[in-house]
Amino acid sequence: MSDHDLVLLAHLLRRAGFGATRDELEEYATKDYAAVVEDLLHPERFPEVEEDVVCRYYSLGTIMEDSPAVWQGRWIYRMINTKRPLQEKMTLFWHGVFATGWHKSEHTPSMALQIDMFRRNGLSDIKTILLDLSRDPAMLDWLDNSENHKDAPNENYGRELLELFSMGVGNYSEADIKMAARAFTGWTYAQPIPLYPYGFYPAHFVYRPDDHDNSVKTFLGKTGRFNGEDIVEAIVKKPATAKFIARHLYNFFVADEPQVPAWNQMPPQDPQAISALSRAYFDSGGDLRAMLRVLLHAPFFKEARFRKVKSPAELVASTMKLVGTYRFPDPGLLTLATASNVMGQSLLNPPTVEGWHTGKEWIDGGTLNERVNFAVNEFADVTKPGVQAIIERLSALGATFTPEALVDHCLDLMGSLTVGNETRQALLRYAQNGGALRFGTSEERQASAVRVGRLLQLIVASKEYQFA
Amino acid sequence: MAISAKAPVLVVVQLSGGNDFMNTIIPYTTGIYYDSRPTVGIPAEQVLPLNDTLAFHPRTGPLKELYDAGKVAIVQGIGYPNSNRSHFRGMDIWHTCEPNTIVTEGWLGKAIRDLDPHHENVLTGVSFGRGLPRAMVAPGVPVTSVGDLDTYGMMTGISDVQQRQEALTLFQEMYTPALGTGPVLDYLCHTGTDVLKGADVLKQAPATYTSTVQYPDNPIAKSLRDVARVHLAGLGTRIFYTQHGGYDTHASEVPTHPRLVGELSGALKAFMQDLEEHHAADEVVILVFTEFGRRIRDNGSGTDHGSGGGAFIIGTRVAGGLYAEYPSLDPAEQLYSEDLKHTFDFRGVYATLLEQWLGLAAAPLVGGTYEQLQPFRN
Repeated sequence: MSDHDLVLLAHLLRRAGFGATRDELEEYATKDYAAVVEDLLHPERFPEVEEDVVCRYYSLGTIMEDSPAVWQGRWIYRMINTKRPLQEKMTLFWHGVFATGWHKSEHTPSMALQIDMFRRNGLSDIKTILLDLSRDPAMLDWLDNSENHKDAPNENYGRELLELFSMGVGNYSEADIKMAARAFTGWTYAQPIPLYPYGFYPAHFVYRPDDHDNSVKTFLGKTGRFNGEDIVEAIVKKPATAKFIARHLYNFFVADEPQVPAWNQMPPQDPQAISALSRAYFDSGGDLRAMLRVLLHAPFFKEARFRKVKSPAELVASTMKLVGTYRFPDPGLLTLATASNVMGQSLLNPPTVEGWHTGKEWIDGGTLNERVNFAVNEFADVTKPGVQAIIERLSALGATFTPEALVDHCLDLMGSLTVGNETRQALLRYAQNGGALRFGTSEERQASAVRVGRLLQLIVASKEYQFA
Repeated sequence: MAISAKAPVLVVVQLSGGNDFMNTIIPYTTGIYYDSRPTVGIPAEQVLPLNDTLAFHPRTGPLKELYDAGKVAIVQGIGYPNSNRSHFRGMDIWHTCEPNTIVTEGWLGKAIRDLDPHHENVLTGVSFGRGLPRAMVAPGVPVTSVGDLDTYGMMTGISDVQQRQEALTLFQEMYTPALGTGPVLDYLCHTGTDVLKGADVLKQAPATYTSTVQYPDNPIAKSLRDVARVHLAGLGTRIFYTQHGGYDTHASEVPTHPRLVGELSGALKAFMQDLEEHHAADEVVILVFTEFGRRIRDNGSGTDHGSGGGAFIIGTRVAGGLYAEYPSLDPAEQLYSEDLKHTFDFRGVYATLLEQWLGLAAAPLVGGTYEQLQPFRN
């Protein structure tokens, strides 16, 4: 294990997961990079988060509540504690691409079911993913496919399937949208059992042949009595779909791109990367695992350090990993959900079908204020296990630290952070104020712990900490 | 266009959850009202009549006093075609003026851009409450979002004054823009610096404020007191946003709704008194709105989501009275046989405030031309 490996692994885990503690990084580093990537790509090798534990810690009333808040908290708990970080990251990825908002149906069980579907199939192939999506009750309701009838087609799902979920604007005609919509007539859901007083019942998919338009349709240049499956089959064969999914992966895992609606006018910042990912798409039959394998091994990924603004959920989950709380579902998970909400990301409830505007658009005065204060407050208490672990590692490294060494070690222990000159100078100025840091006597240790805690607070307040 | 000599200020009060307009301004002589509302109906002998057919809720005495003094315009039956019953979508429509497509730009965000096109003041728009309401959002428009005025700013969790000051100084250093770091880092630096600037200026507000007015102890009174403190400090804020939550009275409306309208009414009265005590009322107008009204018939405990709500425009420059028409309760006139039919488009209310009060061109901000009210004294 070299320091170089740890820095790269820290980058990998920030992108393919929700960050990692130093202990976790060192454990990953017992294997080589390629083996770590394979482990990430194969979540089934590792145990699931025991979610029933959450149910034991929270009252039935809270767990069953008809509000997304509980599920937001449970999801963040998963992000913090999962042994399958890439599976959870892909769940968040698809949630952003196939953005379905709770606020239309206000039916939490169906939203939870959709998220679970992304968890289950997020690393499978694009055909499976799009077919499952087309049968998902939350999606069928969100984009009105339940209102898409043989005698009265509703184009909403057909349009967004092409525009936002697979091919992107400019690669199909208005006639294709109409045909796709007609092919999906009859795809609907059965009304769920009412939430009260019976409890938590999701809706389920039903296909109604009597409401399906079985006429001959022409879609993307081919003609036949197409049903929904045929539409998906045709879509996944198109280079536009490969490129579109490739660009989404690049935007989510490598570096922030412009917002999706602008992709039609603005070419990708790294066309070669998109080509490489598209090639992997066709070589593998649209397999996400294969695309991600190429991505995670590519120099364009390894070199793209700190080029993405963390989403609020990432910021919250990765901060909690560092401070080391919520390793059990202690009371307060809902406050983590609130934290993400006020930073602008209400999980299960993206504002529009376009999903959240990401990158720079996560940041405004209010959200930056929330981000900084959240992280600073989390690091206020030096008795938290994660902060203690950092202090112990420091004291194990030596009895005395110069200000330079202190700043460098702390940045390193916080996930191998790289900071610009202004930030480094500011941190140094803080470290210099109290002279050299000593861990000799117990009084020195105590005083040093307080100073380290404050330095960590400054680090998480930095602009660099906003980036993954 | 603007009426006031001083720069006009708009204070928006959002009642979240869907305020029951029929139990706020009560048709106390209409049999259908009592027939439909055996549980939540307010007995005629308790209401505070404002004319032969309509009355204020018994708990809104202070608001009625403002009305009697001619400072309250009641806009009846406000809404839009095919009113959406979802809180989130409904509120979204009120925030963005876009009933058909989902957009992320808000009407007030765009108004702030027009009021301060060169971003000269980070406090032109100030929202109280955590998380920015979409109404105040527009790309590139800095809006200051204040959770709590007394603890607003970066690193407010650090209680030691000296330690916090040190952290803030270092924060400022860390957020100093540097050449060649790229547009995103640059933007972050400016945003961080703006928050510091805004917080620094806002600090003056609690420090300079004195008043003999005692505000009631409830969340909306606290927010309106914060508005008063910032406004009276003369920091150039033109648009304030506040929220009062809890109006989603599907159940237990009888204890809840009276408390809420009581809190609101007391808070508005105290706020107006405070402004008048400081001779600062003439430049302020308040808009109180909600995302929808509630169903005509009660459900045995509360009322479900409906349409045809009401709004209030309040201020010393307002020509008090009733505006638009109270929606008919006649079953033949009901929407979907259960809802109040709106009689006035909410975008007309916005346009009224934007053009006649703030002096802005309303059509681009509300997405078209709508009939306006004439609620201001000349």
